[in-house]
Amino acid sequence: MVVRQPLTPTEQPLVQLRGIRKRFGSHEVLRGVDLDVDTGQVLCLVGASGSGKSTLLRCINHLERPDAGRVLVGGELVGYVERDGRLHELPESRIRAQRAGIGMVFQHFNLFPHLTVLENVVTAPMRVLGYSRSAAEATAHDLLARVGLAPKVDAYPRSLSGGQQQRVAIARGLAMRPRLMLFDEPTSALDPELVGEVLDVMRGLAADGMTMIVVTHEMGFAREVASQVAFMSEGLIVEQGPPQDLLVAPRHERTRAFLSKVL
Amino acid sequence: MTVLPANTTRDEDSDVVVPRRRPWRWVGTVVSVLIVAAVANSFLTNPNYQWDVVATYLFDPRILDGLLTTLQLTVVSMVLASALGLLLAVMRLSRGRLPRGAAGVYIWLFRGTPVLVQLILWYNLAILVPSVSIGIPFGPTLFSAQTNTIITPWTAAILGLALNEAAYLGEIIRSGIVSVDRGQTEAANALGLSRVDTFRRIVLPQALRVTVPPASNEAIGLLKYSSVVSVIALPELLYSGQLIYARTYETIPVLLVVCIWYLVVVTLLTLLEHWLERRLGVGFRTGAGGDANPRKGRWARWWSGNH
Repeated sequence: MVVRQPLTPTEQPLVQLRGIRKRFGSHEVLRGVDLDVDTGQVLCLVGASGSGKSTLLRCINHLERPDAGRVLVGGELVGYVERDGRLHELPESRIRAQRAGIGMVFQHFNLFPHLTVLENVVTAPMRVLGYSRSAAEATAHDLLARVGLAPKVDAYPRSLSGGQQQRVAIARGLAMRPRLMLFDEPTSALDPELVGEVLDVMRGLAADGMTMIVVTHEMGFAREVASQVAFMSEGLIVEQGPPQDLLVAPRHERTRAFLSKVL
Repeated sequence: MTVLPANTTRDEDSDVVVPRRRPWRWVGTVVSVLIVAAVANSFLTNPNYQWDVVATYLFDPRILDGLLTTLQLTVVSMVLASALGLLLAVMRLSRGRLPRGAAGVYIWLFRGTPVLVQLILWYNLAILVPSVSIGIPFGPTLFSAQTNTIITPWTAAILGLALNEAAYLGEIIRSGIVSVDRGQTEAANALGLSRVDTFRRIVLPQALRVTVPPASNEAIGLLKYSSVVSVIALPELLYSGQLIYARTYETIPVLLVVCIWYLVVVTLLTLLEHWLERRLGVGFRTGAGGDANPRKGRWARWWSGNH
């Protein structure tokens, strides 16, 4: 199972966030977040709703434009270029090229309902990476087999269960051969009995060494799969550490209060 | 509360649910049949309809010429209006204030004035602008012509109908685009698809699906109100009929001929609409099977009450 581009032999973390701020109207959602994620790591972002987890995740591929701060993926500034000591927003085409290397899975799947499963997976590789149809379809068939949906290639998304749709969405993201995968509450919209099949696919990805940032409420998954867990509250990362430390012996009062409610 | 003894053996058939009776459905059926019979009786036995005269004019060359003109006007205007309407919709949704404003003013102007007036103005454009020329502003002229040679009844009719219709279609297409979930654009963005690809491959096909029914309404409306071009002496279907009965006084039968042809064309347009809806609706049908045949059992469903 090879989905990842060769590792770049760099010492620096794959993802570096520095002082990320974001405000919606008068509400400051992110208040200067710093975060590092190493290549091959799985970072789970946990915290109460409204704490800024999803917004932070969306800043990483510039779906949300930070008001201040730097996002670096693979050492490259995302969405901006630094000139004369100031950050200038990149033209849209450059931002899109950066996004193409970062896969994203949404809470509500966001599959394209008018396209078959196969077309959902091959469209971006063909249009963005310039793959031939045969090459894109070969990759798509491999990926769909990996997520256990080989028999569903010609189905339309609406005819699939939520768990199946989310697995297609993961395959769609992987088809772009990303070096980083972002998951925004990937199991929150699923019926309880369908959560497991999606987490299984994500577990497999983690085992293959994919770098992943996962916003989740699945503490079991975080404990088992995450290399790091970061707890967010009121727009800041309050505490971060390996799951066996953070989830078992949280140091911060707010982490303790949150975990006592969800564990 | 009824308590069934656990060991009661009962006839299994007694647990099959009997569908609810729907007596009003039968009353409605009887009333409808009576009304249809009465109307049909009047049509067939009342001599004032003059069906023999209808038959003689049904394929009259003047009527068929008028029908052809109506069809040409409708198709050409609808095609031009769709293209312009799409452009207007995109402009109204753009981030730029200038295109947004320009499209808004266009729609305000063309939707806000009677199409009849617009037609007359286009036809009499020469009064306002005696000659038209294309060239570099304040530079050499590349093309120049008298307005009267360009504006024939036909071009005036197309201009009037298409430019007016574009304003309506623009709003319909815009509402279709707005109805597409924002998550679709986000997913396309996250994949790195270009703006053009995102619009053309992801948003537009889903927008057109909800646009088809109101746009078909517009097409049918356009087919019929294209008869207003008679004010600029263009003989389309209705005007051709009027020219005939103005001489023969066979008003009712000739108008029946005209109505028959409108109905024929509207029927064809409706079939086209159903076909388009089915094509663009692929993947959207409710119920699990994406391949369920939506045509089968439309009436059966009505009768069984499973709407």
